[in-house]
Amino acid sequence: MLGKTAGGLYWMFRFLERSENTARLLEAGFRMALTRSSDAESEWKSVVTTSGTGLGYDNKYDSYSDTLVMDWLLRDTDNPSSVIAGTKSARDNARLVRTALTTEVWEAVNDNWMTLRDLLAKPVTTVDLPATLALIRKQSALVRGALHGTMLRNDIYDFARIGTFVERADNTARIIDVKYYTLLPSASAVGSSLDNVQWEMILRSVSAHRCFRWLDEQDMTATAIADFLIFDKRLPRSLAFCVKQTTENLRYLEQEYETRHPCHDLADKLGRQLKTLDINTVFDHGLHEMITEFIRDNNALGAQIERDFRFIG
Amino acid sequence: MPATLTRTTPYHIQVNRWTAVHSQREIAQKTGTHLHFSKVIKLLPRIGCASALDQYHEGMTTNAKSFDEMIRPDGSVTPPYAAYDAWFKCQDPARLESKAEEAEAFFRRTGITFNVYGQSEAQERLIPFDLVPRILSHREWTKLSKGIDQRVRAINAFIWDIYNRQEILRAGRIPKALIAHNEAFVPQMMGFTPPGKVYTHIVGTDIVRTGEGDFFVLEDNARTPSGVSYMLENRETMLQMFPELFSQIRVQPVSDYPKNLRRSLSACAPQACSGKPTVAVLTPGIHNSAYFEHSFLADQMGAELVEGHDLRVVDGRIAMRTTKGYRVIDVLYRRIDDDFLDPLSFNPDSMLGVPGIMDVYRAGGITIANAPGAGIADDKAIYSYMPEIVEFYTGEKAILKNVETHRCAEPEALQYVLDHLSDLVVKEVHGSGGYGMLVGPAASKNEIADFRKKLEARPGNYIAQPTLSLSTVPIFVDQGLAPRHVDLRPFVLVSPQGVNITPGGLTRVALTEGSLVVNSSQGGGTKDTWVLED
Repeated sequence: MLGKTAGGLYWMFRFLERSENTARLLEAGFRMALTRSSDAESEWKSVVTTSGTGLGYDNKYDSYSDTLVMDWLLRDTDNPSSVIAGTKSARDNARLVRTALTTEVWEAVNDNWMTLRDLLAKPVTTVDLPATLALIRKQSALVRGALHGTMLRNDIYDFARIGTFVERADNTARIIDVKYYTLLPSASAVGSSLDNVQWEMILRSVSAHRCFRWLDEQDMTATAIADFLIFDKRLPRSLAFCVKQTTENLRYLEQEYETRHPCHDLADKLGRQLKTLDINTVFDHGLHEMITEFIRDNNALGAQIERDFRFIG
Repeated sequence: MPATLTRTTPYHIQVNRWTAVHSQREIAQKTGTHLHFSKVIKLLPRIGCASALDQYHEGMTTNAKSFDEMIRPDGSVTPPYAAYDAWFKCQDPARLESKAEEAEAFFRRTGITFNVYGQSEAQERLIPFDLVPRILSHREWTKLSKGIDQRVRAINAFIWDIYNRQEILRAGRIPKALIAHNEAFVPQMMGFTPPGKVYTHIVGTDIVRTGEGDFFVLEDNARTPSGVSYMLENRETMLQMFPELFSQIRVQPVSDYPKNLRRSLSACAPQACSGKPTVAVLTPGIHNSAYFEHSFLADQMGAELVEGHDLRVVDGRIAMRTTKGYRVIDVLYRRIDDDFLDPLSFNPDSMLGVPGIMDVYRAGGITIANAPGAGIADDKAIYSYMPEIVEFYTGEKAILKNVETHRCAEPEALQYVLDHLSDLVVKEVHGSGGYGMLVGPAASKNEIADFRKKLEARPGNYIAQPTLSLSTVPIFVDQGLAPRHVDLRPFVLVSPQGVNITPGGLTRVALTEGSLVVNSSQGGGTKDTWVLED
């Protein structure tokens, strides 16, 4: 496979994942603002910060409001992580690697772009937001379904999956990072309404609020939530799950290409670090420090994968 | 506050770096100037199909100005269209309308779109597709294909001669100056014979028709003809929409083209190739207007789709960067112009090509299709000598006629052209895509006056041809059926094993009433082209 093609697949799925996560984050923020109107501005601000686009936002706007943030995250092409920009980049990369995709995957991603382009042609009102976000989620589910249902399990699939999980790990880590202080055991007055709302916001932005209830109904504490998001391998958006998946797909590549690269060592190291830690040592060490380190290591892993598989010349 | 880490650089920014633009010409190369778009027409008869046909018959018998391929002036249906005519009469217009919508949705979904040069990149457009097929009889096609075969062989012999012994110049059959001062002439090709002695691996010969048996070659397109993906997708669309039509009427298939293309290119593998040749398609990138076609052909052939920055010279061969290291390519079907192929040999600013590929080529390390310098046969001044060229190399009279051509470089011809500008079509000798030409009968006085100045300043840059009354074929319009002018681009493959011509080709149709310009860049559409079985 061409290095460029591997890179196109990897980024196509990073962007798909990113725009889906942006939509999910916006949904959580929207609920938060509805239920806690008193401090809406700072909640919207933390939504933008979590998306990693605070700098660009501040260059453009002076304040935070639902209308502005919705537009920034959904429709603004100046924001490379907006839903529309991510969808467009995913589709551009899909065009680049079209010969590596099944017709169904290509059509799904092309249809995703056409649908969202039309959907987001005009500003979205708060009335239309739930339906808009639902359609965005549905469209990305169609792409994912086409991928799982029709693609060969070979290196093409591996690069698509690696892109997905490197991006997803980054996303979950960012959410934890922005809200880490609400997860610190010291800060939590257990069961206070403030914490409940914040925790729900975090869980919702990774679509895990129901899963959490299934698993830990008894134990709604900061520690349990942090543990869930970082270490629980059953949760498809936890850091441990994402690293496990990335490592697994990298291992398939190692077998298929009969070559071990530095990125394999990096991934193993990242997995080992998660394995040796537990939530108590994380709190001792500092949750914020741990997450910042993780984001950095995960980015370094992504960069190493790009080098090892010659995405660019 | 936390989360100060910025996000990783997205790949599309890297893509943009690679596709950084260096000149106007490079933009044209990247975006392509061959095929552009307008919206798919919402065709569709609001009257019944039978009465639409009746009206069409009536129009053809009372005021046809050109030869119509379906209806004769006496109102009778020409033989190739008889079966289609019978089928069409029985159709329900509502069903046809929904079929047309299906076709449009199909094209959009599969992404058969073109970027339009000068428009924002979000604007990918569809080339309009008309549902009425253009039909040729077996006999008509046999004659056409014999003529094309003869012409393409002569062109390859001519190009070899020009870059080697130049006997045709020595024999005084065409003037030396025409070659020596020609932009399409590539001196680096002198004394070199490409693998299999093939220069034009892929040719798109543009044919126009003015009467029952009157076919003319308008252009030879020996460089990188585009449009073959439309030929294939148009047929695919028709098969999906009207399967019953194909069971009633026996139409020669076109679907073997990608297989034949691969076979034909493989047969031209270079000396250095051992084993099964590796074929790749070289594209300027996703912003080129014909990118869809490039990826389509790579996909259908099972070849890699590469860009210049995927390639480099490794141990005297051209190799592509793969996830497992560099892998050698034997045959490169390039869809970029000569000028951009190798910054070391041609345009030094080009980022689309491969530095050093010409040296590898000359040393037998790779086959480039079509060969650099093959464009010499595309020159419109050379075109005017094509009957002589065919005779010189084949010893036979040319089967296909040339359009009468006035070479403005010659003083007498120039005077004639200046005296008759409002009746003639004047073209740049190196032009393509319908740009930089004057269509006298359709031009305003000012346009003619402007063009006159250009012509007087550089007469050698132009040729002129009479305005041909191109044949018409019906298309769907709001009122029913209406005649529109068409041309035909058959696709021809050349290898040491022979010449292979796909039956039919791409029919381009001028959608505007009375218009003779069929280029999609100028509002043309396409039709499926049928060659009937014997």
